[in-house]
Amino acid sequence: MTIPAPRDGVQQNDGRHQAASGTDRSAHADRAPGTDLAPVVLRLTDVVKIFPGVRALDGVQLEVRAGEVHCLLGQNGAGKSTLIKVLAGVHHADGGEISWLGQPFAPGTPQAAMRAGIATIYQELDLVDDLSVAENAFLGHEQSRAGFTRRRTTADRTREILARLGHPEIPPRQLVRALPAAGKQIVSMARALSHDARLIVMDEPSAVLAHDEVENLFRIIRELTAQGIAVIYISHRLEEIREIGDRVTVLKDGRTTAANLPARTTATRELVSKMTGRTIEYVFPPRTPKPPAEPILVVEGLTREGEFADASLTVAPGEIVGIAGLVGSGRSELLETIFGARRPDAGSVTLGGRRITGVGTAVRYGMGMAPEERKSQALLLDEPVYKNMTLSSFAGFAHAGFTDAGHERKAARKTADALELRPRDVERPVRTLSGGNQQKVVVGRWLLGDTRLLLLDEPTRGVDVGARAELYQVIHDLAANGVGVLLVSSEVPEVLGLADRVLVMREGRLVHEAPAEQIDEDTVLDLVMAGSLLEGEPA
Amino acid sequence: MITDTAPPEVRTERRRRSLDDGVLRNLGLVGVLVILVIVGIATRPELYSDPTWVRNNFLTILQQASAIGVVTVGMTFVIIGGGIDLSVGAIIALAGVWATTLATQSYGAGGMIFAALVVGLAVGLINGVLISYGKLVPFIATLAMLVAARGLAAQISGKQTQVSSNLTINGIATTRPLGIPLLVWILALVVAAGWVLLNRTTFGRRTVAVGGNPEAARLAGINVKRHTLLLYALSGLCCGIAAIMLTSQATSAQAAMANLYELDAIAAAIIGGTLLSGGRGTIIGALFGVLVFSTITNLFAINNLSTEVQNMVKGGIIVAAVLIQQFRFRSLTQLLKR
Repeated sequence: MTIPAPRDGVQQNDGRHQAASGTDRSAHADRAPGTDLAPVVLRLTDVVKIFPGVRALDGVQLEVRAGEVHCLLGQNGAGKSTLIKVLAGVHHADGGEISWLGQPFAPGTPQAAMRAGIATIYQELDLVDDLSVAENAFLGHEQSRAGFTRRRTTADRTREILARLGHPEIPPRQLVRALPAAGKQIVSMARALSHDARLIVMDEPSAVLAHDEVENLFRIIRELTAQGIAVIYISHRLEEIREIGDRVTVLKDGRTTAANLPARTTATRELVSKMTGRTIEYVFPPRTPKPPAEPILVVEGLTREGEFADASLTVAPGEIVGIAGLVGSGRSELLETIFGARRPDAGSVTLGGRRITGVGTAVRYGMGMAPEERKSQALLLDEPVYKNMTLSSFAGFAHAGFTDAGHERKAARKTADALELRPRDVERPVRTLSGGNQQKVVVGRWLLGDTRLLLLDEPTRGVDVGARAELYQVIHDLAANGVGVLLVSSEVPEVLGLADRVLVMREGRLVHEAPAEQIDEDTVLDLVMAGSLLEGEPA
Repeated sequence: MITDTAPPEVRTERRRRSLDDGVLRNLGLVGVLVILVIVGIATRPELYSDPTWVRNNFLTILQQASAIGVVTVGMTFVIIGGGIDLSVGAIIALAGVWATTLATQSYGAGGMIFAALVVGLAVGLINGVLISYGKLVPFIATLAMLVAARGLAAQISGKQTQVSSNLTINGIATTRPLGIPLLVWILALVVAAGWVLLNRTTFGRRTVAVGGNPEAARLAGINVKRHTLLLYALSGLCCGIAAIMLTSQATSAQAAMANLYELDAIAAAIIGGTLLSGGRGTIIGALFGVLVFSTITNLFAINNLSTEVQNMVKGGIIVAAVLIQQFRFRSLTQLLKR
């Protein structure tokens, strides 16, 4: 059991940190109707979490009162997921203070957080498919006597909890595998209640639900809050926040940009500007427009069941096409299918008139991809930079099957120079590089080959500001040299700043296309979030 | 701009450390070998006082390591490539039995060698097809092959020991070019070829890529399935070679030959620093791993100790080696997390 080490004078800090919580909004919001009398259960002050190469959290303030639904709002990469993982004991904060029920709080493990009364319901539900509903609800703290599980007690208590959640119809002994997504979510909540949670964190709970199921979710949340349980609710859908939320805290680039705004009355325009208001200077190199050319990549009616449908697009040599969309909109899946890494259910991809049938042909015909998950999908972390750079071209350097490491190193060094790789040491294991430089290695891989079309999936995720600008320059240089670029990013300004043409993807479909100069960030955000952020739209 | 690179002292330090990891481990294994020899000297000083005996005993150790060493080279490739081959002992038995049937023997030494190599290769290919294209877990596919191949070997041989009457085959074990047994030359050749294949060819590069990060390899355009198939075929081929070597040593083959070779080969590869999860490993380390086992066997033999105790010691060494590996791996990842 982890006992949080006491830190200087944070016990009973109620109110004392009010002044330090750093936003003009906090004082006003503390008097928000219905919440002003409830005690603060959770308070985060200047919380910092650093991953190699990126400050994922860089001064987060958050205050949650008993019985309220506190909404966290922010774009992808704003730090919401990191924040809830800190609360859940998965990550450990590198700085700042967290106080839970008036005590300093630093859960060492997810179990410790659970025992302390903080339960987290992840977007990817963390249930064991082949255990029963009851076994899942009590996973990690099984009801047992002398080492034997008490199946009846477990089932009975689960039934009680399910009834409390308004779902007495779910049989406790049913395998979770057989439940629909909404049912699984109920089981996750049952697990939270089995721990006597006093705070439940929900990460985009509505993302997996159909419309009427969302209503049921809200009913449950209202019942929970009526019992004094606090809820942190994360969602991209503003209308949900309006409906269920009490107060809103907005994160941007790992910082709290606004805290404790009233959820129902704050103007949409203000929320959007807090979410998007630039603190990072995006430096995009100037673009010289290309004369229109015959497309090199032609995608027609590409479909994958349950991921995306009927996607058609073209990319011309020297053109940068950007796809804007949320995580889960099917954009990464689309990119991987174009690259041949996933088999389409329908539709076709041709590069330079030749049909792409798999990764093999894609690479042979001159397509390259920097995938979304750099570390797990692109890099051999323990291998040196040069071997990573030549991963798709080493056979071309080889003579009769014998690799030519000297030649490879030379070519890698040249590419490292062109990409301003730091440190410019091609012998170093890729693991020791920062995120931005790792990404340069992945891009460099395709520069070494004869690449005519480059697919970039979240090229600047986990990349610091300086390296970002350099990557943007690299992408521009590529396009200037006639390489077609198809880019996916959840950072809208990045898509707008880099691309010549912008496609918007929502729920598996390309819903809009426009030249980059004819579309602005708010419009894109609007389209991405299904019109929910339109000014003046009824809450 | 040179000023952008890391300070030179940091760089050399890093480079030394990355170099150290492989070399240090091999040095450690050399240290273990030295200790084992010292134990030998301490327990049987009278034997070690005779230089001729010492030389012959050294060659005996190498000769005993030869067949298992060849198998371990193939196994190391499979493990670096992210797989495992539990069927090596069974493949040797099948190849050995097939090569010593009266029908095969009638084709002479060439026919016997050809038969052993083709059988080894073919069984390896079947393993590979099942794993790559049948999507069986390597553990299950090769476990099934372990049972099946030995069953077939017993079927072919009628559970009898098949004596080789071919003098060329039998002579392999007794020939000593330049005073060193031919079996040891074969081991040296296979190890050298394995080293070159792993470190100097596209095949080796693909092996590391496929084992280290199959998804990255696939998205870089490497045909992961075909390569995995080839890795098991290579392991099977090594088993075919080993089958001839063992048949020559025993001047016979039987369905029970090369029993538990899979364990020895896997253990030797792991002790030699091959990561069981794939992506990292060395041929030289694996060779040292084989030599450690072979030296232990020898140590027990010259002290007239039972094989039971020997197996217990072997087990202990495997556990110790893996513990050390895990400890290192953990401390390394912790270092990087900070």
